[in-house]
Amino acid sequence: MGLFKQLSKSSLPMYHVPHEQGSPILEISGLTVRYDGHTALEELNISLDVGERVAVVGPNGAGKSTLFKVIAGVLPPTQGEVQVYGHEPGGHICIAYVPQRSQVDWRFPVTVADVVMMGRISKLGIMRWPKARDWEFVRGALDVVGLAGLEKRQISELSGGQQQRMFIARALAQEAELILMDEPFTGLDFPSQEDILHIIDLLHERGVTILASTHDLNLAGDHFDRVLLLNRRVVGFGDPKQVFLPELLLQAYGGHLRLVQSEDEVFALSDTCCEEDESHDHTG
Amino acid sequence: MTTLADIILEPLGYAFMVRGMLAALMVGAVCATVGTYVVLRGMAFFGDALAHAILPGVAVGYLVGGGAREPLFWGALLAAILSSIGIGAISKATNLREDAAIGIVFSGMFALGIALISSVRNYTVDLAHFLFGDVLGVSNSDLVLTAALGSLILLAVVLFYKEFLVLSFDPLLAATLRLPDRVLEYLLLILIALAIVVSLQTVGVALMVAMLVTPAATAYLLTRRLPYMMLLAALIACLSGVLGLYLSYYVSVSSGAAIVLTCTGIFALTWAARSLKKTHSERAPAS
Repeated sequence: MGLFKQLSKSSLPMYHVPHEQGSPILEISGLTVRYDGHTALEELNISLDVGERVAVVGPNGAGKSTLFKVIAGVLPPTQGEVQVYGHEPGGHICIAYVPQRSQVDWRFPVTVADVVMMGRISKLGIMRWPKARDWEFVRGALDVVGLAGLEKRQISELSGGQQQRMFIARALAQEAELILMDEPFTGLDFPSQEDILHIIDLLHERGVTILASTHDLNLAGDHFDRVLLLNRRVVGFGDPKQVFLPELLLQAYGGHLRLVQSEDEVFALSDTCCEEDESHDHTG
Repeated sequence: MTTLADIILEPLGYAFMVRGMLAALMVGAVCATVGTYVVLRGMAFFGDALAHAILPGVAVGYLVGGGAREPLFWGALLAAILSSIGIGAISKATNLREDAAIGIVFSGMFALGIALISSVRNYTVDLAHFLFGDVLGVSNSDLVLTAALGSLILLAVVLFYKEFLVLSFDPLLAATLRLPDRVLEYLLLILIALAIVVSLQTVGVALMVAMLVTPAATAYLLTRRLPYMMLLAALIACLSGVLGLYLSYYVSVSSGAAIVLTCTGIFALTWAARSLKKTHSERAPAS
């Protein structure tokens, strides 16, 4: 079952060069992650600027989820280091992880407001209860993602797109500066994907840095400032135009992607897709 | 002529019945509240195993203390904590799945408990008390200990409410937010262990898992919010405790079994009512 994707060089929007100002929000140097005797990530060197929108693409098992977990500080690096700008030792939590919808227990007895409030708990401190200010944060975050009025819904009563937006609201309530989104577009219909993209742009305007993994090369090319093409190693990292080249795509996807080149277009036929995912790709 | 009031009041004329009721109420509330997490986190097998694994601790307390209650409590608590640590250590060190590790520790500890108790002559009576509970043998000092430990457990559940909630719903968020997730995880295991130890005398080890799971599962069918689920579970468990004891008084069946059967009955009724309501509301638009 092949999924037909078209990468049209001419249709790629023009992007200005990534901002040089300020220091990188994320600096990864010489990162290698091994577990259970296999190497998930090898010798990664990546640097992100504040406010960038970066798409992470690559085949299943490329280490996308592993990378996110290392950045979130959930999985320790085997070698190398990850530094987050603005992360004061022991304090301020500025990274938010937006989970894949398939990894969430939607039957859990919590409401939308409960979930978004979870983002506030490190700000609250242990054994403290939310104050009026925290509820304001929750309401504000729900407003931004267009879920105002749905606070009291049980989470299983939301549509897929709304569920995804709820988790982005949680990241906002956390006051995150770097948001890691694990497959935010997977399983969503086109209008819901547009909603998420719109929110990503809103966050971009606010200077929030976004790192999103996706299987959709079109989305990655059209809506992100830079693309990280990953297959255990960095195959390509930069402007989509410089990354989505036939030789790099083949290098990353190997036999799972067939490229058909016409005069000024590259067609990519991909058979990797999204529903079954890299959930086995972590140590837990 | 016997009136309803007589039926209700008659058993309460016996001090042992009143003490039994108080014990059942406290144990019900505590077990059901903690049991909410057991149900939501899929730890029913762990809870069952832990209940059985405390038997050697109870046995040692029994052999050392010569019938005094307090050594039983401490022995049981120690066995529960050692078992939870043992389960974690085995599954980590051998790469076995956790349920296999639970199976090994649970059956091994349970057998050790039976072996220890059987070394005493005439052991069947005592063993039966540990296995199936002896709620009508509760003393005043037992009640004080139950009340003290029970309030401690409930206090911890309230104080760490949002931490346990995040840990259970989204462990990855807990780790990202740098919550002390290991400490909280162990704290929750200790709370479950404590709840089990507190309920030892009321339902016994064999039926303990019903107190942890059934009221919370019933509440889960009725509500979609965690605080209400806890409250409802506690109410259902208290109701089952009281109704069960009346049942045991009038029908002359084992009190622990009567309490658990009442719990199961309430679950079945709730399930049936919910299914009926569902089919009804599904048909309604068509008519």
